Amino acid sequence: MADVNRGNRPLSPHLQVYRLPLVANISILTRITGIAMMAGGVLIVWWFVAGAYSPEYFAVADGLLSSWFGKVVLIGSLWALWFHFANGIRHFFWDFGKGFELPTVARTNWLVIGASVVLTVLTLLLV
Amino acid sequence: MTYKTDLSRVQGLGRAGEGVHHFWTQRLTSVALVPLTVLFLIPFGRALGGGHEALVATYGQFGHALTAILFIAVACWHFAIGIQVVIEDYVHGATKVALIVLAKLFSAVLGAAGVLAVATLLF
Repeated sequence: MADVNRGNRPLSPHLQVYRLPLVANISILTRITGIAMMAGGVLIVWWFVAGAYSPEYFAVADGLLSSWFGKVVLIGSLWALWFHFANGIRHFFWDFGKGFELPTVARTNWLVIGASVVLTVLTLLLV
Repeated sequence: MTYKTDLSRVQGLGRAGEGVHHFWTQRLTSVALVPLTVLFLIPFGRALGGGHEALVATYGQFGHALTAILFIAVACWHFAIGIQVVIEDYVHGATKVALIVLAKLFSAVLGAAGVLAVATLLF
């Protein structure tokens, strides 16, 4: 029989003493952006529901989404969406076992960050 | 000191009887969301702030309504299973179960409301 005490050993304080590399911070940020972009998601669904309800109610929703508050939430959610999107694309490559070499990861880290900013600006300019 | 064997320690903690279904659904919905995100954002961004006429002019078109419905439905599905993994990683016990149920209810209501609203605009 294997070591029966396996579940009871003390853990090393790895997370407290270890400075997370950029790729780990991007991973955490991908989770955070995935949840945070729901702020924009809720506003957008409310916008559609108001539009289905009545033109008067829609004017309120359309006005709020176009206000400075709506713009802050929507542009923030847009950047979150593109960041989550860009790192998701990197995950597709990882799923196929490609791009795990450290120099490649160091490069794609900045590719993800750069793409999220460029795509956000492009969306705001073109749409 | 525990006297449990390796086998009894892991029993019931395994694949939850569904294998890689959760993982696979997460990937499949994310692949679907790549084109859907772009197809949704363009007409949405143009209709935003244009009042009720712009809304009806955009989502009265079958193609725009269809991509919006697909985007909302798939995004809510992707969110529901994605946030489940996050909750499972950081919360445990009864709170975990309650939060997952709440998150799934939220996703289902949001998705259904969005789909129904866009469908109403089309008809």
